Amino acid sequence: MTTLTYAVRDTRTMLRRNLLHMLRYPSLTIMLIAQPVLFLLLFVYVFGGTMGAGLPGGGGRDAYLGYVSPSILIITVASVALSIAIHAAKDATEGIIDRFRTMPIARSSVLSGLVGAAMVQTALAVAVVLAIAVALGFRPDAGIGGWLGAIGVLALLALALTWLCVALGLAAGSVETASNTPMFLLILPFLSSAFVPTDSMSPGLAWVAQHQPFTPIIDTLRAFLAGHDPGSDLWWALGWCVAITLVSFAWARRLFAQVRAG
Amino acid sequence: MSPHTPVIEVAGLRKSYGDQVVLDGVDLTVPGGTVYALLGPNGAGKTTTVNICSTLLAADAGDVRIAGYDVRREADAVRRSIGVTGQFSAIDELLTGRENLRLMADLAHLGRAEAQARVSELLELFGLTDAAARRAATYSGGMKRRLDLAMTLVSRPRLIFLDEPTTGLDPRSRRDLWQIVRELLADGVTIFLTTQYLEEADQLAHTVGLLDGGRLVAEGTPAELKAQAGGETLDDVFLALTGHAATPADDTADDTEKEPVR
Repeated sequence: MTTLTYAVRDTRTMLRRNLLHMLRYPSLTIMLIAQPVLFLLLFVYVFGGTMGAGLPGGGGRDAYLGYVSPSILIITVASVALSIAIHAAKDATEGIIDRFRTMPIARSSVLSGLVGAAMVQTALAVAVVLAIAVALGFRPDAGIGGWLGAIGVLALLALALTWLCVALGLAAGSVETASNTPMFLLILPFLSSAFVPTDSMSPGLAWVAQHQPFTPIIDTLRAFLAGHDPGSDLWWALGWCVAITLVSFAWARRLFAQVRAG
Repeated sequence: MSPHTPVIEVAGLRKSYGDQVVLDGVDLTVPGGTVYALLGPNGAGKTTTVNICSTLLAADAGDVRIAGYDVRREADAVRRSIGVTGQFSAIDELLTGRENLRLMADLAHLGRAEAQARVSELLELFGLTDAAARRAATYSGGMKRRLDLAMTLVSRPRLIFLDEPTTGLDPRSRRDLWQIVRELLADGVTIFLTTQYLEEADQLAHTVGLLDGGRLVAEGTPAELKAQAGGETLDDVFLALTGHAATPADDTADDTEKEPVR
């Protein structure tokens, strides 16, 4: 076998290891899904009536469900990514990483196996949350192209945030720190177009919201699911996702080369 | 590898962390099919020596050849030749004993049937068959050590590094482990172990190296060392050659060999 086939095989082995970890902690997976679902219920049934009335063109709770559901899918992606920081930190602080480092295996497989498992978990979580949103009355108008676009944006965002969280987890040095440092990923959507249109914010904050990554990403997803053309938001969304992925990937690899357990 | 050709050749090995000199010019040679025990107190440089020989750590100066390969330039060839059981547990506690061994078999690129056979054989050999389906987190200290060593043996390495293999084990588990070392030796495997226990070196080793303050202060068979220092036990030898006792006053003394956090 060639080096590449070994790398693929090692990645598959590590992917299976990480999926087993997730299976061993079903409560964590359930929590990762419960959190966005709780947000969804809170924003639709508590704030939704008032928030919907404030949307451009008005509307009530139903209109707000349509507005906020794509945002909740984005929050789901962030929520799973957050847990990956903990997995990465746990791996980096336990002796098994040194065992892997003394074995003739593809180095990259340790991290790519983790990211692969995260993608599987994200797909599962997003599917469950979307199904619940639909059960509550969310009705996407997307055609095939819109759905493919929506899946593409979610997948790229998941890849970007997962690599970012892998790097944050490796940088953390402890599981406790790793569970805190990526929290900003759950705060940032609140300062974006996720829950309210950005032009309803105070001017300074609106500027921040319009120029941070989550806004074009959420607007792109919202457009795809509504069957609209996302326009220039798509390019901003792709740019942010690719940039975050590349920077985080390089950072994670650098940190992994330095990691020493014990 | 034919017996008696050197499988470990270390010359002029130096390593410092900042001002702290950990290894100050170590030379040693280990012939194939023998047991070499590196004996010394905490902070003597034992773990650093193992880490450099097993490609985990780069030396500042010196030549290290393992099974004829240079650790710096031919790290992957070295990794294919060795098995390492470090001082800290290197098992995956979320996986069962069998899954841990299977992980190693897959990473060693064994075929499915061969992997299953090897895993069952090792579970049997290490008395873990009954516990094979339990998560490693539930294992006792002695069982974790056995699983750790079994994982190292999956790929049938011809040279094994054991870094303080019996530290923290009860007397019975310690004797079990000694028995395993003797069986490996009978199969022609070369073993490089570090220990703080003089009795362990006396029991197992063909050659004992006394490491103190980053220097090899004496080397020879246990009998030679005893004759040289005119003492009955290796304790006397250590005291005669270094001016202080080898056995730490406090087993829980902090691990001064640990690399500083970067």
